[in-house]
Amino acid sequence: MAEAPVRTATAQRAVARRRQPVGLRVLRGHLWLVYAFLYVPIAVLVLLSFNRAGLPTAWGGFSVHWYGELAANTAIQRAALNTLIVAVSSTLIASLLGTLLALAVERRQRRSGLLDAVLFAPMIIPDIILAIALLSFLTLMRVTLGLHTIVIAHAVFNIAFVCAVVRTRLKHFDYAIVEASIDLGAGEFTTFRRVTLPAIFPGVLAAALLAFTLSVDEFIIAYFTSGAGPSSTTLPMQIYSMVRFGVTPEINALATIVMLVSFTVLFAAQRMNRGVIGADA
Amino acid sequence: MSTARTRTVLFLAPGLGWLALFMLVPVGIVIADSFFQRGIYGGGVYTFTLENFARAFDPLYAGVLLTSAKIAGLATLAAVLIGYPAAYAIARGPKHRQPLLLFLVMLPFWSNYLIRTYAWIVLLNREGLLNQGLRMLGYDGEPINMLYTDATVVVGLVYNYLPFVILAIYASLSRLSGDLWEVSSDLGASPFDTFRRVILPLSLPGIAAGAVFVFVLSIGNFVTPDLLGGGRVQMVGNLIYDQFLSARDWPFGSALSFLLIGIMMVLLFAQALVVSRSQGEHHG
Amino acid sequence: MTADSAGAMPAAPPSLEKAPAEAAPLLTVEGVTKLFPGITALDSVDLAIRANEFFALLGPSGCGKTTLLRILAGFEAPSTGRVLLEEREITHLSPNRRPLNMMFQSYALFPHMSVRQNIAYGLEMDRVPSAERRRRVDEILATTHLTDAADRRPDRLSGGQRQRVALARALVKRPRVLLLDEPLAALDKKLRGQMQMELKRLQHDTAITFVVVTHDQEEALVMADRIAVLDRGRLQQVGPPALLYEAPVNRFVADFIGQMNFFDGTLVPGGLQVPGLGHLAGTWPLDAKPGQKATLAVRPERLVAEPDEPAGCTNLVSGEVVEIAYHGQDISVHVRLPGQDRPALVRASASVHDRVRYRPGMAVTCGWQTAHGRILID
Repeated sequence: MAEAPVRTATAQRAVARRRQPVGLRVLRGHLWLVYAFLYVPIAVLVLLSFNRAGLPTAWGGFSVHWYGELAANTAIQRAALNTLIVAVSSTLIASLLGTLLALAVERRQRRSGLLDAVLFAPMIIPDIILAIALLSFLTLMRVTLGLHTIVIAHAVFNIAFVCAVVRTRLKHFDYAIVEASIDLGAGEFTTFRRVTLPAIFPGVLAAALLAFTLSVDEFIIAYFTSGAGPSSTTLPMQIYSMVRFGVTPEINALATIVMLVSFTVLFAAQRMNRGVIGADA
Repeated sequence: MSTARTRTVLFLAPGLGWLALFMLVPVGIVIADSFFQRGIYGGGVYTFTLENFARAFDPLYAGVLLTSAKIAGLATLAAVLIGYPAAYAIARGPKHRQPLLLFLVMLPFWSNYLIRTYAWIVLLNREGLLNQGLRMLGYDGEPINMLYTDATVVVGLVYNYLPFVILAIYASLSRLSGDLWEVSSDLGASPFDTFRRVILPLSLPGIAAGAVFVFVLSIGNFVTPDLLGGGRVQMVGNLIYDQFLSARDWPFGSALSFLLIGIMMVLLFAQALVVSRSQGEHHG
Repeated sequence: MTADSAGAMPAAPPSLEKAPAEAAPLLTVEGVTKLFPGITALDSVDLAIRANEFFALLGPSGCGKTTLLRILAGFEAPSTGRVLLEEREITHLSPNRRPLNMMFQSYALFPHMSVRQNIAYGLEMDRVPSAERRRRVDEILATTHLTDAADRRPDRLSGGQRQRVALARALVKRPRVLLLDEPLAALDKKLRGQMQMELKRLQHDTAITFVVVTHDQEEALVMADRIAVLDRGRLQQVGPPALLYEAPVNRFVADFIGQMNFFDGTLVPGGLQVPGLGHLAGTWPLDAKPGQKATLAVRPERLVAEPDEPAGCTNLVSGEVVEIAYHGQDISVHVRLPGQDRPALVRASASVHDRVRYRPGMAVTCGWQTAHGRILID
């Protein structure tokens, strides 16, 4: 009598064991399809950037012709330079202010929901809203729009972003090393310069690299806060206006270069601070 | 002790000041603007009105709101349905390979949004890869226009936000203790029961986080409907864009933005509720 | 509770009465109280730590020992009371100006510096010239067997090596006092035994006063010259290991250090009246009154259990063996005694076991000498 339910459970366990691998194999197949879904469009784009033919219809042989065209396009060069100026400036501001914020917030004993919300908001708010809000504000304040206003705008989400990354780093930070430094005779400033900062620096650097790519790639907010004219046109704005005219191999080449830069920076950031782009969380 | 407090204030002030001045104040202005009449920037009188909100529910614009919600909802549903099994596969995969698998999911997410959206134009246009593929398979009719439909917009949104959904669900799945997968089946539950009664409820916070993220960013999206919808698919984001850059009706655009912010707040609140409820269950 | 109760132990063997020669204290804690919101971490603690001493602060977690150590290091300020180094008050001196160094429980090694850089850091802060700095770092590297690991980063070291780096980093500054916060807690059991001896050797060789915080009574007994036992912020007893073990002043100390049998009863002339066991002989504490509730404490290794009346014992009670646990070098015999909820614990040597052959259900008589029982009043 007592054996019957035991045997059933054992039988079920055996069934479970036999059935599971099949389920997992289906899941794994699904995962590969997801990777295909994520990477095939990008791969096609990269491939077509090397197409000798001017139209995407037929493969006309391998060529770097379109990269040459890009190199000769002064509007794109100008936009690339603008993008670099904006990205570097907003990254520097955000790295400094975001790191200070993270240090202060993580040292506080009490959690503040309001503070957390303010620090989280720039990352979740739809970019069109931040864009029109800044446009309204800058117009009301009669601020002349240009590269400097894009820098201000990009610093908003980058500060929040750097702060979040550095905070994650600080969660694994042993505050005893700060006390150890003071115990060994160092003052507060020396401790910050020689112990705290170097210990969190990989996190700060990784955050800065990511902030840089965020700024390089950002389109709508830059578009609204740039004002008119080529003097403050950034690369994504340039790409946007080109895309609206349709598919050309030149955009493919430009897109390939932009993605290559992004991926390089992302790999560097991931090496700097494992898990920073979300993987290995 | 007071030097520590001074330092905290010194560290907080610049960053918080920046966010207050360039985010909170501007959003506050948008909210205020939404209650004003059109033409305030011409130097007119700031007159209080609710007309902007009334207009937002005018059939013409309410249709856009509904379309936006429908497209964002479909994108969210699709992203969760595709993302969940993918996250599950990663979480049940070998531990040492999980970081790499996740890194490969997240990599495209961090690259240029415009370019990722543009890649679908390359694939789906009349001369694109998909039409060529069809022709190779023997199709000899007119090339099919796969762009500029609601479905295309949904595909674009799913493509762009899927990585984040996978990350969010993976994060909640990876927090489950390793034994949990085994113990339920050891107690005699079938794999399906284990999933439905143990795994799924415990990963709800991850689903909620991913879903809210996709929905909020989709309903306020501008680039995807603009490029993949080609002007034929209007969403709130495009409507707001038009009010500010072509129609020059900033108060109405502000009212629409306010509505978006409201929707966002409600969803984030709902998500927080799901998280706290699931944590409550953990603690019994 | 007085700081040093060594003189008030009538029942202790005479050899334990003499504390080491009275020297002027190096570090003095005077009436230190520390209040945190909602709790009293330390309640008017007085301590005098002598030069060249290996001193242990012992107690369960939350007893206030770490708070006391952090007050000595300067990371916390007492709510009331003073800390003196020799004659000088250092209560509010900041940690970087105190000639005391601390070894942290987590070791707190600087992750971005090599072993050598970690150790040299404190000397740099003291602006020691680079030639001398190098010499002193090399010297301490050799003393702590770290020369081969000098250029490695902390994450490339074993647990034992990390522990030694933390020690070397604090020692290289030649502090007046070295404070150690649970220095061996992160090591595995075997390594811990080795490091206990190593710490004793280092303390002897460097002639630096060590103050170590630990929750492990065995560790404190093995390493320390003197131990202070703390419970819930109050100092319970201070003294050499043998004194605390043989002559605990209260039930907490008796229970916390080693294993102990307790028999609760009422004080009567010449001893204690215990329900079920009758009259047990023992020496009264000094301030005791007849009729008072008290406890007789006897160590398991002082109890003997024999099938017949054991010889040479002044107290005898009969009971029944309920359980036997084998330890290798000796065995534990659990004996049920009349009127007692918990069985008495008897430690018997292997040779006694060979002779008696204990087994459950066996009737035995337990006995001990009056001098080995201590009457405690709480």
